[in-house]
Amino acid sequence: MQYFDNYLQSKGGYDYTNAKRNELMKAQGFKEMPFTKTGTTIVGVLFDGGVVMAADTRATAGSIVADKNCEKLHTLAPNIWAAGAGTAADLHHQCAHFNAKLKLQRLNLNRQSRVNEVITKLTSKLFPYRGQIGVALIIGGVDCNGPQLASVSPHGNYVYHPFQSMGSGSLAALGILEAKFQDGLTKQQAIDLAIEAIEAGIFHDMGSGSNVDVVAITKEGVDYRRNIRQYNAKSHQKQIPYPFPINNTPALRKYEFNFEKQELTEVGQEMEIVE
Amino acid sequence: MSGIFEYNGGSIVGMKGKNCIAMACDRRFGQQMSTITTNYQKVFKIQDNILLALSGLNTDIHTFYALMEKEINLYNLKENRKMKPTTFANLVASALYERRFGPFFVTPIVAGLENGKPILATYDSIGCKSDLDDFQVGGTGGNYIYGACEAFFKPDMSPEELEEVIGQSLVSGCDRDALSGWGGVVYVLTEQKLTVKILKTKQT
Repeated sequence: MQYFDNYLQSKGGYDYTNAKRNELMKAQGFKEMPFTKTGTTIVGVLFDGGVVMAADTRATAGSIVADKNCEKLHTLAPNIWAAGAGTAADLHHQCAHFNAKLKLQRLNLNRQSRVNEVITKLTSKLFPYRGQIGVALIIGGVDCNGPQLASVSPHGNYVYHPFQSMGSGSLAALGILEAKFQDGLTKQQAIDLAIEAIEAGIFHDMGSGSNVDVVAITKEGVDYRRNIRQYNAKSHQKQIPYPFPINNTPALRKYEFNFEKQELTEVGQEMEIVE
Repeated sequence: MSGIFEYNGGSIVGMKGKNCIAMACDRRFGQQMSTITTNYQKVFKIQDNILLALSGLNTDIHTFYALMEKEINLYNLKENRKMKPTTFANLVASALYERRFGPFFVTPIVAGLENGKPILATYDSIGCKSDLDDFQVGGTGGNYIYGACEAFFKPDMSPEELEEVIGQSLVSGCDRDALSGWGGVVYVLTEQKLTVKILKTKQT
């Protein structure tokens, strides 16, 4: 058992037993179901003394909205956050993995995690997978070298720049950022700019929508505002005026399993049981 | 040839209520346009307070369920206690992500009650967990059931109300999907008991 675990670890923790079968199925013409992507608009803005990151909250599976209010801002360390675009499962699991890895390192070395350390570890992991792990991240944090903001692409490329945007809505957001960004912004100005950039993504890009989440990181701490703006709240919904009557749906049989007595009983119906 | 997820067909739905949770599934097992049986089980009781519903390719439903049974049995033996629903929800996500480059063609829904609070999580086939919504759907008829759920769902329903609403949503949704139907089963889980109701539906 231990041997098997170690063997899997050496392969990066991934299990490839179904890979051959799946390739054969694809060759026969079957199409896979699309993975949940985050479509997304994410932005990062550097200001005087810290960094602000913002994201929308829509997750899509093909053209269906899979999650109307998902969380795209992940913590990698108490002073470093990541905003993620790309394949949702990859983002969630990779961020969780790096969070644990960094925590272990902090416990061993008794030192605060650094942004450039996160970038190096991430790009070293992503490059060998040749872009198959679909994570496009904006990493922002404040460490002993001051506030830093960088973006990492799925193939393992990274760029440091005072403002970043990624995701399908990145072009819409970039327009706002290019026009309005200046050096030496205050925290509130940076938050307002980030929200405006995400707004552009939400309204102009089909892959982004719902609400805006913002996080502001400074040397003093982290200020996380979940759903700071909500544009798509249900304002028109009235309750359906009639509730379904109880036992309205016809049934063939009904069973009950009681947990305390651990026994299964068949329950009689008030209406006729159809054979 | 259609998609891998459309080969066998089937739909599942999960809904939260007030201190209770419900799961419903259809009963069809088909091979593309033919129906093989009309009593295929898609919702499994993992533990007294955890239900696992699976839709997608039926062979992977079977394999994935067996894998989860094995995990929970080993957990019970090693830790000598029951698994919490949130722990099981994370376990499903990890088990799916482990096969990121050779996935199981299933979309699971996990439902459970933890200290009376309902837990509902859904995943895509590679383990992206979504657990913030009050209802979740899966399978070929899933998108049609979404519409019915959005209309019929109210927060904080009692177990009896929830049973009706989820039953009606499942039946309405499956009526519009050629690959789902041929019966429905509704499971309602409360702290005291699990009720299983086998619905009468259109026989087509």
